[in-house]
Amino acid sequence: MSFLSIRNLSVRLKNGPPLLRRVSLDVAAGEVRGLVGESGAGKSMIGKAVLGILPPSVQITEGEILLDGTDLLRLSPRESRRRIGASCALIPQDPLTALNPSHRIGPQITNRLVDILGWTRAAADARAIDLLAEVQISDPARVLRSYPHELSGGMRQRILIASAFAAEPKLIVADEPTTALDVTVQKQILRLIAGMQARHGTALLFVTHDLGVVSKVCQKLSVLYSGLVLEDSTVTDFFTAPRHAYSAALLAATPKYTDPDAGLQPVPDAVIGAVRAEVDSFDRKAAHG
Amino acid sequence: MADLYTVTDLHLTLADMTAKPLFGPAPRIEILKGLTFTIPKGAVVGIVGGSGSGKSTLGRALVRLLEPSGGAIHFAGTDITHLPDFALRPLRRRFQMIFQDPMSSLNPRHRVGTIIAEPLRLHGLDAIPERITRALDHVGLPQQFASRYPHELSGGQRQRVGIARAIALEPDFILADEIVSGLDVSSQAQVLNLLERLVADLGLTLAFISHDLSVIRRLCQRTIVLHQGRIVEDCPTSDLFANPQAAYTRELLEAIPLPDPAQVWG
Ligand SMILES: Nc1ncnc2c1ncn2[C@@H]1O[C@H](COP(=O)(O)OP(=O)(O)OP(=O)(O)O)[C@@H](O)[C@H]1O
Ligand SMILES: Nc1ncnc2c1ncn2[C@@H]1O[C@H](COP(=O)(O)OP(=O)(O)OP(=O)(O)O)[C@@H](O)[C@H]1O
Ligand SMILES: [Mg+2]
Ligand SMILES: [Mg+2]
Repeated sequence: MSFLSIRNLSVRLKNGPPLLRRVSLDVAAGEVRGLVGESGAGKSMIGKAVLGILPPSVQITEGEILLDGTDLLRLSPRESRRRIGASCALIPQDPLTALNPSHRIGPQITNRLVDILGWTRAAADARAIDLLAEVQISDPARVLRSYPHELSGGMRQRILIASAFAAEPKLIVADEPTTALDVTVQKQILRLIAGMQARHGTALLFVTHDLGVVSKVCQKLSVLYSGLVLEDSTVTDFFTAPRHAYSAALLAATPKYTDPDAGLQPVPDAVIGAVRAEVDSFDRKAAHG
Repeated sequence: MADLYTVTDLHLTLADMTAKPLFGPAPRIEILKGLTFTIPKGAVVGIVGGSGSGKSTLGRALVRLLEPSGGAIHFAGTDITHLPDFALRPLRRRFQMIFQDPMSSLNPRHRVGTIIAEPLRLHGLDAIPERITRALDHVGLPQQFASRYPHELSGGQRQRVGIARAIALEPDFILADEIVSGLDVSSQAQVLNLLERLVADLGLTLAFISHDLSVIRRLCQRTIVLHQGRIVEDCPTSDLFANPQAAYTRELLEAIPLPDPAQVWG
């Protein structure tokens, strides 16, 4: 059974348009599922729904979010927060705003371990140093004493990765976790994420726009457009025989340094038109029950 | 071609607050260690390098958000190395930086329209509503987004607001710090095509910091590779790929994940 199973999840802006349209997807323990799609498609929204941190301006209108078999949406807010806190972690999309600018890095990693999970201060500090070393930060003790603005973008992102793994969660939602990293560090970090994930049997929902990264770390993949899942495939199938025209267009749009003339073409208008029609037809059916 | 920027033996140190003694000043760490290069007018130059190598710091120095501790930066013939703020003000519209962290550079209490309008007002430009409309159009955001707050946008949409704000000023030079790394490939293509168009139509000069060498290869004629605060390579982009000189450049190339599950990836 999947550790995370989202069934027919719909989310809309209060008094506004739908943002997620009956999204279903599964992530099993030890599995990595990629979530791709254009900017604004609703990728982060799915992650926020799972972690119970949707903005107040949106509401869930239908569906289930099963975490280890229990529907989070049927629990009291308090109980659902407790379960999420005990077994899930987020690597957020925007590394600077996710860190409190007026606090040093150290407590931002360790407070969660101490306050929520009841570790001793000393054990938490030691763990933080180990984790920063694992994400290739060369002077962990200095970095723990630093403020966020004293670190480069890539360092901040690695700190958030380390802090997500700190409590050995069963599910991690990683929202574009390597966008600020250069490729050499990205490679180390992706190996590391895959290693930690495999060792601990973590289920990983991996939001990214980088199909190169998808091909290296994910086993399954969901393609999202305007809150609608267009394709749910294994990575091998997706890259060898994409089922949806939009998926094929995404693949064609991806730049390759080995082929300087390829890629970097926007998805053709004809394909966008066809996908929009699909979304409209979904909305018409939904309106008629 | 005339040079828009001439950078000579640029040094930059910052105070290391983590090592500050209880009394007395913090020791200084050297981030940029003597960089010399030029950026010709109308050029598109890529800046690549590892995390912490000093790319964003170099960017901040070029647009004089940081003051160099040694060497010189000339912009359009003016020595801006140590220019005081009042003397920089008229120049500031002409060089713009688009930042790596979109959220932190947008005022969370202002709507998108205000965010784009503010620098326009500051520089005393006219026809502000038209400029906002045009800028949103350029970056592919619907006009209604002018009344949204930053937290009501997706990550990629925020990044496009940052781009809209910079191009609305019609600057001579834009320093783009990892601006497409958070965008899907289709939006990347739109933004890069837009930048190419601005370079061709308005004579914009562009320095483009990115870790994505596939994007650099498509966009930039020339690439500077930074490593630990020094330039280790500065050459036409095609040479960089055909014949990478620095060991570090080769390492970068080998680490790129191609969209192909069959690729042998170290
Ligand atoms: N707080 C909010 N209030 C209203 N609309 C919002 C809010 N947050 C996000 N949205 C809208 O919801 C849609 C989905 O946003 P989401 O952040 O999930 O996109 P995304 O797929 O993660 O995109 P990106 O790749 O750019 O991060 C977008 O159109 C966005 O403008
Ligand atoms: N205000 C500061 N105080 C002390 N050190 C700083 C400060 N700002 C940056 N640094 C240090 O300067 C070095 C270069 O940082 P910079 O942000 O220029 O790197 P970068 O090349 O942009 O990296 P990335 O790709 O990760 O964004 C880093 O080691 C960083 O820790
Ligand atoms: Mg997002
Ligand atoms: Mg940077």
